Amino acid sequence: MIRSLPRSRGYTMGYGLYVALYFVFLFAPLAVTCVLAFNDSQFPSLPWKGFTLDWFLADLPARTGIFHDRGNLSSILTSAQTAVLVSALATLVGTCAAFLFEQEEFPLKGALYFLMLAPLVVPGVILGISILIAATTAGTFMEDVLGIDVGILRPGFWLVVLGQFSFITTFVTLVVSARLKKFDRTLEEAALNLGATRLEVIRYITLPFLRTAIIGAGAVAFLMSFENFNTTLFLVGSEPTLPINLYLQVRDGSTPVINAISFLLIVGTSLVACVNLYVGRRTEVSS
Amino acid sequence: MSAVAASKAGPGLRLTLALFLTPVVLWLGLLIVLPHIDLLIMSFRMDPSFGDEGWSFENYRQFFAEPIYWLTFVRTAGYSVLVTLLTFLVSLPVAFYVTKVVARNTSRFLLTMLLLPFWVSELVRVYGWMILLRESGVLNHWLTGLGITAAPVEMLYNDATMIMGLVYTSMLFMVVPLVSVLESLDDSLIEAAYDLGAGPWTIMRTIVVPHCMPGIMSGAIVVFMLTLGNYLTPNLMGGKNSLWFTEQIYNQFIASFNWNQGAAFGFLLLALSSCIIWLGLRLTGQKLSRVVQ
Repeated sequence: MIRSLPRSRGYTMGYGLYVALYFVFLFAPLAVTCVLAFNDSQFPSLPWKGFTLDWFLADLPARTGIFHDRGNLSSILTSAQTAVLVSALATLVGTCAAFLFEQEEFPLKGALYFLMLAPLVVPGVILGISILIAATTAGTFMEDVLGIDVGILRPGFWLVVLGQFSFITTFVTLVVSARLKKFDRTLEEAALNLGATRLEVIRYITLPFLRTAIIGAGAVAFLMSFENFNTTLFLVGSEPTLPINLYLQVRDGSTPVINAISFLLIVGTSLVACVNLYVGRRTEVSS
Repeated sequence: MSAVAASKAGPGLRLTLALFLTPVVLWLGLLIVLPHIDLLIMSFRMDPSFGDEGWSFENYRQFFAEPIYWLTFVRTAGYSVLVTLLTFLVSLPVAFYVTKVVARNTSRFLLTMLLLPFWVSELVRVYGWMILLRESGVLNHWLTGLGITAAPVEMLYNDATMIMGLVYTSMLFMVVPLVSVLESLDDSLIEAAYDLGAGPWTIMRTIVVPHCMPGIMSGAIVVFMLTLGNYLTPNLMGGKNSLWFTEQIYNQFIASFNWNQGAAFGFLLLALSSCIIWLGLRLTGQKLSRVVQ
């Protein structure tokens, strides 16, 4: 049954086989995508026609590798810009929210906490359309009543940033809160008794304690933003983010360039994930 | 002691409260509360191009009058429950294996491997399945090569494949909470049950599953919500016949440009997802704030 108990041979083998199959199921689509990025063929399919780096490097009429593909490159740039802004904003506000819910007392705290959790149970599509509607209403109001045209409120880069920020901040709040719960508050009291102001306590004592949690949350926020599809779908304007751009290409047929981009994404996210796990484990050990 | 410190820092404390409260209230008020109120208002109004500016239930009446709408709605809800159940059944043995069966240092490694694919964008994972399963795909190449099937079979664009894709997409959100509750389950409880003569099935049913209930619930809530609101997987793997409710919303917004109808659909989906989550929490007697931890 478990590692300390005797098990029958058939049980162990059967169970091991199930888990092995599960891992095959888990990695098959990713492995196939990566391998076919290097196939010397016009289509991302077998048979294997030899190894090539064309889908990364080529700049030929029949084949444009990802490093020369303007459309995809500019969508990667858009995604990166969005993700940097969203993760910075979400980390800032999420850390404020963590302090607010862990260390402050105020009326209606329970209600506000519940509201903070709401984005977890609101489907991303709904969040997208709500923000689209609200921004349009606000934009029309501004134009009709005040006579000013606010470009931010039209679908486009800034609306995507706002939409992603609205739910990613909840994740940051939860991660930072979890760390803040472990903080020994007598340290703050000692500093306050020694004459530090509340802000100095936060600046010199609490924030350094939270540093790794904040960096980790920021990294996760970056990835969530970079890969978001559901909310972004409704808010995107003329500059598509990478997931939207890839979706449009996949829907209308595929070329191995998509495999090449996927390969880069898989390698990139795995690296971020490994660094994040490594940093997380180190703080776990040290605390 | 703490009261002394607090009173000493009196004005400073109010300042930090204001400092922390302002951005949070702005965030939740402007980006969560206001948009959802606007969504609700929009759903009770008619398309302004019809000239009628008053309140009306027309958008909701339309939903019940048109079978394609409410059938899709029911179908999406039913399949989401099925996907949640399947995800649980597939994930529990794996989570149990990783936390309880395998040696401890292998466990760490397996857990990392388990999480790794889910850091990759959903789109890339769905794309991987598409090039595996489609008519000119990798699996068909092997099947015909080995002579198992005479001609390539289209494995995409049917309900079974779509369900599999949705389970695949959701597995992580079930495995992680299951692993964390299983880690808190004391092995000696299982050993005691074993010594008293219980078989694996009895141990699972009377010890493991009851202990895991909080994890199962939080996993189920997240999986259900994500499946219900998924657009990519049904759209790309289910093809034209996927009939997923999010696609109806998308069509109203982007294709028909009937935002009022789309808002009504969106609100119905939100209501459904909230109801089922509330029901799940009630049935197992848990609080949302505990489940998300």
